[in-house]
Amino acid sequence: MSNKINNQEILFSPGSTYWGDVWLQFKKHKGALLGALIFFGIVITVMLGPYLWPFEPNAIDIRSRNQGPSLLHPFGTDQLGRDTFSRMIAGGQTSITVGLAAMFLSLVLGTFIGVIAGYYKRLDGVLMRFTDLFLSLPLLPLLLLMMFLFREPLSVSYGPERGMFILIVFAIGVTSWMPTARIVRGDVLALKQREFVIAARSIGTPDQKIIIRHILPNILSPILVSATLGIANAIITESALSFLGLGFPPDFPTWGRLLNDAVDYLQLHPERVMWPGLAISLTVLSINFLGDGLRDALDPRIRGR
Amino acid sequence: MFDYTVRRLLIAVPTLVIISLVIFLVLSLAPNDPMAQVPLTVPPEVKEKMREALGLGQPLYVQFWKWLVQFFWIEPQVLIDYYFGTNYSEDKLRVISWQTRAPVMDTVVQRLPQTLWVVGMSYVVAIAISIPIGIYSAYKQYSIFDQAGTFITMVGYSIPPFFTGPLVIVIFAVYLEWFPSTYDTLHEVNNWESFIIQLKQMFLPVMVLAIQGTAQISRYMRSAILDNLNQDYVRTARAKGLSESIVILVHVLRNSMIPVITVIALNLPLIFGGAIITEQVFKVNGIGQQLILAIYANDLPTIQTLTFIFAFLIVFFNLVADVLYALLDPRIRYE
Repeated sequence: MSNKINNQEILFSPGSTYWGDVWLQFKKHKGALLGALIFFGIVITVMLGPYLWPFEPNAIDIRSRNQGPSLLHPFGTDQLGRDTFSRMIAGGQTSITVGLAAMFLSLVLGTFIGVIAGYYKRLDGVLMRFTDLFLSLPLLPLLLLMMFLFREPLSVSYGPERGMFILIVFAIGVTSWMPTARIVRGDVLALKQREFVIAARSIGTPDQKIIIRHILPNILSPILVSATLGIANAIITESALSFLGLGFPPDFPTWGRLLNDAVDYLQLHPERVMWPGLAISLTVLSINFLGDGLRDALDPRIRGR
Repeated sequence: MFDYTVRRLLIAVPTLVIISLVIFLVLSLAPNDPMAQVPLTVPPEVKEKMREALGLGQPLYVQFWKWLVQFFWIEPQVLIDYYFGTNYSEDKLRVISWQTRAPVMDTVVQRLPQTLWVVGMSYVVAIAISIPIGIYSAYKQYSIFDQAGTFITMVGYSIPPFFTGPLVIVIFAVYLEWFPSTYDTLHEVNNWESFIIQLKQMFLPVMVLAIQGTAQISRYMRSAILDNLNQDYVRTARAKGLSESIVILVHVLRNSMIPVITVIALNLPLIFGGAIITEQVFKVNGIGQQLILAIYANDLPTIQTLTFIFAFLIVFFNLVADVLYALLDPRIRYE
């Protein structure tokens, strides 16, 4: 009953804005709200952690090695006595930064290809064949190949960490834009037939302006949903590469690398696998819930129901 | 139907050629030197000769053409020779691994069955679990079962195989000691007991991959069934007096399988990627592990062949999905 009244308020409240309505709908999805909370919690911990936490991620203290969880070291220490919690924070910083940057690259690529394919009929066939081709590539083998082949030259020219960062972001970006391109193309095709686009064209607006002014703002919601799923995908891919030993250099912690290191001590210290594994899974799970809620909130057909 | 299949096949062939070209170009654009392992005391002219012996001195299109001939013309001849005792392939140059100095395909033939078994079994298990879950949770939408199912599939979808792998090892191999933690590659199945051992050692890798597959397929199954349940033909079927089980399991299921089959086929690259990781975690001697070993050993012919085999498997199963698609939905055949 209260739900119904609420909907009435949404529909007829005088000062409601588009984003206000989205927020009202988003709030109702409890899982999405919790997901958003957890994700931002993780991001804030990871970004502020190094300033607040007393231990350095690479500080070796051999006398306190292989400790279990304690008050001083809440996640324990590793075989060299390095504090696992500070390594987790440092790893999270890398993993989340890679996730955001790779998502951004794949979003730009996907939106660009999708808009061009949807808007220009002549290019549609070629670009969609191209997308299909990319979808049938064996992605993980190709990623491993790129890591292996281009690691050294990039490390030489940009330094080991920066070079690897550029390589990983680029590799994930160029192998994950396809779903975005497909969704965007579909929406652009539908939008092109709408009256406001035809009106804009009939008064002689150049294509570039129509795309920026009228098309892009209207496909914002599928792009936002793709963005959340893109972060999750990029974090998992980066961790998989680090896990297989073809990611960042060994002394540079990321969640996947920490997981890989912990697998060697699986028999003696099984709890060590849990921290990075849980961090990756929790981040991805919260992002997926966030994306689910966003999809519902941004879809006007579902909103207000 | 035959026309349709042939048309699809004709699209698949150029796709595969382009994919092999992409792989070839990535490998040849890479600025690394297969001679890097050769000691510095070897004089440069000898190095140049070694390079030519590996076929590296020639222009790119010659190298690519030679690889195509070796892979698509000579290797099938070897296969025919093997089965029929003929000798078409005698004295012809095969794709040789730089690492083992043996033909790449010989190693692949030994390793491919393990990969296909693990991936295939996990897909069968995933489909067998996820379809009933999808049907039931759509049929009882918003029930406790549905909500628990949605949450569990979301969790299964979010946990990557490189975490579930070590996790199930800790639970089932270290604490409970029910299953072995690694795959015994020398194990032979010749009687009932050894078959049970084989089942046991396959259980954990298959389970890890099946969790991933189940989560995705059941989500799509649920939404596909939900889309169909409100359609007019369902009301008609019920009005005719058909029993509920026939309405759901025959009418609705057949129509709902159409999008689900696409999802099953499109997820294959992901599952093969997962197979590379599970093979690494459980030490299964499949082609995924061979790829990792070849990458570490700088063995370009093996890397190229294996990446192409992965591409071939993906394109092949996409083709199977397309044909199944047309079988389920006659409208597609006449497109």
